Amino acid sequence: MEERGTERRSLLTRLSLIDRRILFLIIFACAAIPLLIGASLKMSVTAPVKGLYDAIDALEAGSCVWLAADYDPGSKPELSPMNYALVEHLFRKNIKVISASLWAPGPPLAQTVFDEMAPVHGKHYGVDYVNLGFKEGREAVMVSVAEDLRRTFPEDYAGTPLDSIPMLKGISSLKDIDMIICVSAGYPGIKEWIQQIATRYDTVIGGGVTAVSGPEMYPYIQSGQLVGLLSGMKGAAEYEQLVGRPGLGTAGMVAQSSVHVMVVIFIIFANIVYFLEKRRARR
Amino acid sequence: MTKYILIGVVIALMVFAVASGRLGAASFGTWIGALLTLSIFSFLYKDNPLYKLAEHIFIGISAGYFVALEYWNVFVPNLWNPLLASFRTVSPSGLMLIVPFVLGLLLFTRFLPKAAWLSRWSMAAMIGSYAGLAIIGALQGDLLAQIRANMMPLISPGSPGGLKSAAGASALFFATLEVLRNPLIVIGLLVTLVYFFFSREHKGSLGAASRVGVWFLMISFGASFGYTVMSRVSLLIGRLHFLLSDWLGIIH
Repeated sequence: MEERGTERRSLLTRLSLIDRRILFLIIFACAAIPLLIGASLKMSVTAPVKGLYDAIDALEAGSCVWLAADYDPGSKPELSPMNYALVEHLFRKNIKVISASLWAPGPPLAQTVFDEMAPVHGKHYGVDYVNLGFKEGREAVMVSVAEDLRRTFPEDYAGTPLDSIPMLKGISSLKDIDMIICVSAGYPGIKEWIQQIATRYDTVIGGGVTAVSGPEMYPYIQSGQLVGLLSGMKGAAEYEQLVGRPGLGTAGMVAQSSVHVMVVIFIIFANIVYFLEKRRARR
Repeated sequence: MTKYILIGVVIALMVFAVASGRLGAASFGTWIGALLTLSIFSFLYKDNPLYKLAEHIFIGISAGYFVALEYWNVFVPNLWNPLLASFRTVSPSGLMLIVPFVLGLLLFTRFLPKAAWLSRWSMAAMIGSYAGLAIIGALQGDLLAQIRANMMPLISPGSPGGLKSAAGASALFFATLEVLRNPLIVIGLLVTLVYFFFSREHKGSLGAASRVGVWFLMISFGASFGYTVMSRVSLLIGRLHFLLSDWLGIIH
């Protein structure tokens, strides 16, 4: 009996002191194996994602959308799939897209999406879409664009004056924009667009955020200030499903789920070990 | 042991990619990206010079990128070019740009200890304008709109009807949740506000409400933590996808 107790104790001690690198390897395997075997997962589309899809779908051909690429490479795996799926939907609906960024690394990320998607849909720069690039000033830029687009962005990302871009004729401020879609990784982002623009200028706003920011944004859906929201890679995967263009979001869902299951197992396992050790200490 | 497993996994993947003839297709930029990614991952084993090198390269490139972008995308088109044009045309409104130009220059006085106090003028202008914008935004776009959104009927119209017409366990479950949605929001809001009410000691009914408020807070922290895990896992998946697809060409 005593021998068995000692054996159990040593096993418990060993389990509670397991090398964290073993856990990293398990997580690595859980993420890599589904990607390697190309496993896929059927998902149900949630109401916030459907809300954004419906809002874009309700826009007429020739409408103009402001697509704020407020993110950086650090959040690319979550937000770039959203950007691809949104541009796919916008181009398919023949909606004109003005992209701009309040995050310095945003413009090249947005340009990569356009470079890949425009030839597929036969869209041309300056006619169907434009990339205005980055502007420093955070909320001040939002308010300034709402009043005067050319004062804030005299040139596009490549240095072309805005008056030479055919698509922007007749667009002088955000008042001429039909909808703002913000794909944001934090500050400044969708929250600031809501605070500064949505209420003051009665503008329709939707967008996508990293999963970290997701819970903070849901009250804005409930209040009607956001028409829809994509949250994290899951939101991107749902939108990819709606537009019928599977990308990284869809590819990553099985990997994401298997890692989540493993994290839950780790938590339960750690708690069992914790309580067993506590009980042993009481004895 | 773990070190050898990690090195073995990387070598096995590379051997597989070379054997399948896909590795050579990766561009020079992809190779740099892949090696830097592996260098950063190596920190999971332990701190090492490769990780430090990748970290320093990242910081250096970011700083250089920001300076160049701010200069060409902000300073030149928004200040320098309009200022030169206003000098040529002697436009009084354009000459007003001298004010932000001088305020910008004053920021550099921080490098001169005797004149550093001058930079406070620029800082004061920046803090004042941003505070004004943030306060208006928070009040108008956040506080008032959220208060308005939470003035709701305790039972949302139509939800009891949905409960009656629900067929099947799943439909009944969602219909019940729909009925409970508004009461939960209202009760959650009130008890959380009670928890942050510090003018009276949390005893009796106030203490009970405050304890329920803590439960609501804990549930929201749990949800936030779950979302954070999801976010971090997504980053790992993104990097793995890059390594397996763009670099090794094993998946498409």
